[in-house]
Amino acid sequence: MSITKKATVLAVGFGLVALPALAACGSSDTDGDSGSGGGSKTVTLVSHNSWAVSKSVLAAFEKQSGYKVKVLEDGDAGQAVNKAILTKDNPQGDVFFGVDNTLLSRALDNGLFQSYEPKGSDLILPEYRADQDQHRVTPIDTGDICVNYDKAYFSEHKLTPPTSYDDLIKPEYKNLLVTENASTSSPGLGFLLGTAAKYGDDGWQDYWKKLKANGVKVVDGWEQAYNEEFSGSAGGKKAKADRPLVVSYASSPPAEVIYADPKPTTAPTGVATGTCFRQVEYAGLLSNAENAAGGKALLDFMLTKTFQDDMPLNMFVYPVREAAQVPPEFTKYGPQAKNPETMDPAKIADNRDDWVKSWTSLVLK
Amino acid sequence: MRSAAVRLGLVAVPVAFFAAFFAWPVAAIVARGLKADGVWQFARLTDVLGESDIRHVLWFTTWQALASTALTLLIALPGAYVFARFDFPGKQILRAVVTVPFVLPTVVVGTAFLALVGRGGLLDELWGVRLDTTVWAILLAHVFFNYAVVVRTVGGLWAQLDPRQEEAARMLGASRFTAWRTVTLPALAPAVAAAALMVFLFTFTSFGVVQILGGPTFSTLEVEIYRQTSEIFDLSTAAVLTIIQFLAVGAILAVHAWTVRRRESALRLVDASVTARRPRGAGQWALLAGVLAVIVVLLLLPLAVLVERSLDAPDFGYYRALASADGGVFLVAPIEAIGNSLQYAVVATLIAVLIGGLAAAALTRRDAGRFVRGFDALLMLPLGVSAVTVGFGFLIALDEPPLDLRSTWILVPLAQALVGVPFVVRTMLPVLRAVDQRLREAASVLGASPWRVWREVDLPLVRRALLIAAGFAFAVSLGEFGATVFIARPDNPTLPVAVARLLGRAGELNYGQAMALSTVLMMVCAVALLVLERLRTDRTGEF
Repeated sequence: MSITKKATVLAVGFGLVALPALAACGSSDTDGDSGSGGGSKTVTLVSHNSWAVSKSVLAAFEKQSGYKVKVLEDGDAGQAVNKAILTKDNPQGDVFFGVDNTLLSRALDNGLFQSYEPKGSDLILPEYRADQDQHRVTPIDTGDICVNYDKAYFSEHKLTPPTSYDDLIKPEYKNLLVTENASTSSPGLGFLLGTAAKYGDDGWQDYWKKLKANGVKVVDGWEQAYNEEFSGSAGGKKAKADRPLVVSYASSPPAEVIYADPKPTTAPTGVATGTCFRQVEYAGLLSNAENAAGGKALLDFMLTKTFQDDMPLNMFVYPVREAAQVPPEFTKYGPQAKNPETMDPAKIADNRDDWVKSWTSLVLK
Repeated sequence: MRSAAVRLGLVAVPVAFFAAFFAWPVAAIVARGLKADGVWQFARLTDVLGESDIRHVLWFTTWQALASTALTLLIALPGAYVFARFDFPGKQILRAVVTVPFVLPTVVVGTAFLALVGRGGLLDELWGVRLDTTVWAILLAHVFFNYAVVVRTVGGLWAQLDPRQEEAARMLGASRFTAWRTVTLPALAPAVAAAALMVFLFTFTSFGVVQILGGPTFSTLEVEIYRQTSEIFDLSTAAVLTIIQFLAVGAILAVHAWTVRRRESALRLVDASVTARRPRGAGQWALLAGVLAVIVVLLLLPLAVLVERSLDAPDFGYYRALASADGGVFLVAPIEAIGNSLQYAVVATLIAVLIGGLAAAALTRRDAGRFVRGFDALLMLPLGVSAVTVGFGFLIALDEPPLDLRSTWILVPLAQALVGVPFVVRTMLPVLRAVDQRLREAASVLGASPWRVWREVDLPLVRRALLIAAGFAFAVSLGEFGATVFIARPDNPTLPVAVARLLGRAGELNYGQAMALSTVLMMVCAVALLVLERLRTDRTGEF
């Protein structure tokens, strides 16, 4: 009898082991190796879910370098960074892309990256450079978080759209703005940091009191703010949204044109250029990367003109490299802000949590 | 001795599965948060509980779950009655349709729901009622999701209660109400309690609904765990909250297991097909009309909103766009997400049916001791533990040989199976328990091996239940979002992940494609559930 029992257990055990193999037949998976084993020809990039690149550009890199690129996306930007830190002793990949200046200190303090200065670093525009002594991170792209406005609303109401932070607290713009929760949303945090940079450590709270009195609405994430509350967005029109001002990105207006069918001649939305906070996104070679050589090649590639030119229309960001091309749609539908607010990552690191906490009790409670 | 060995064999695999893919990852992430220099920091427990914000979260979590449960029962019990006792055209389809919300990802539903109760929504246009910033939106969305739980759990039993018992009571002079109160209500009470506890469990751990409709002011424990882990990166607070939620869910499940056992008391059940009849009289027609109206407004309209928005481009433009890879959002055409989702769901279903089936088989054995019965409740725990915790746990625990699964695709079906197993167990258990033990004994006495007994006696009797269980595991896997979003690969996004990514981008085409994909997901779920309706054995399953 014990033989039958063993057979049962074995059959069951076999079932468990055999399942993955069975399913692999049906899966369209093509990569044979799972990233284990030294001297791998696969280089793994860990990123957030806004990562995107043209197929042809990636294929060119794979052909020229001989590495096959595997991409792992880890949720939104904050999630991806936190996950990378949690797994740093035994990382999921070789290169991490997508830590921005608001979270940079968390990544560096936790020893997420090892030092490497990619080829082409000298061509990075000076204002974006960071960590110049140790080269643990390399800037890859930049973008502005700005208030967007619904052009139709303002022309219908014969009202000039706001252009600055100061405008947003004026009575004519009462109950028009929707923004995101600074503790849960990256544009929300960017907007808060923008006001902190503009009004200083002492003044920003006062500014937010006025903004609150002027009827600012706070929702949790960008999706809701933009697709459900903002009357100028495609989703907002369908949801009959009624807020003509939203905290979003400087690249949102071009996206409204590019992802429209038929394409309108002008963007339905505009950017209040005096309300911008500049984000810079960095990549770095992960500590304990298995394929460090491949990771270095990938970082070099991300600074090439090919990649930098390709990036804007895929990820809706601006290149950081000198003389990289900004697509005409960008300049036509959403000019880059002249003097966006910025803040030193070290200062952000020191204050971020305190500011978010005070902001929460000030605005949400 | 021999049967003890068999039982051990049956229990071993599910136990190993849950130890490796649930207990270990969750313990690892909790330990990461609560251990400093190898020493447990249990003082953090009291610290965290001392914070007024956290206490507020606990309070809100509890009372909104209570309110949601009460409201769901209030709205869904008449539905349970109507589905159980009335016969009307389209009943089967309708029962499948009301189950669709239960398996839809909340990110999609939240968007559709806002369009219904938010500004410019249907209620706004009709009566100027807007609920988008109130707790009512959360409560109604919870009703939307859990309506089917009550209809299926309570209605399933109600349909099989012999109406002649109540009629007999009335013949003996009881008033209609007294007859109902003394005959039907006691028979139904355990099922109502079980349904209420399930709804309480789902709403107590509510994540997507609260995150989307609650805005920044309302937060449940689950949402707070997500924020503390994912946004604020305060792992020790998250760990404490995970433990609190774990204890609370454990308590809910213990009570649930108790009511389930009580329900197994013998009731005189009849075939559901003989109890349902056409409504008679104005009162019954009004009741039917009222229930249908509620279903239309609360359940069908949000779904219709999705369809309507997905069609808001000429010539099915959004659907056609799904087949193109030019959008830039993905490395592949969004439509491939459908294929990925189906493949993952098939594998997840196989795992869930295997693990859940073995567990159910172990639990049905009459010699199953107290330990094994506790195991029943343990199997439900994954439903109450935050997907974020599980997702992070997978990453930090399953990263070394022999279980180095960090970047393999199998992680996705494994995580999805974790949610599917409880449904398999819940569907199989009542049916397996109803198999006459004497049949098995007779077969054994005649020399059949346990395997053969199972194949010849149990399998033919439970085949349909097995298919239904598989169908549910399949539908739940298709809709799973919380854990999948952590581990799905970009070249293999699942449907809900693809929808979330499309929603995360500006532009009409992205939004439209998100709505089109959601509609596709909804249709696939509806078809799967419709097939299940055909297979239904109409026993008192819970789902």
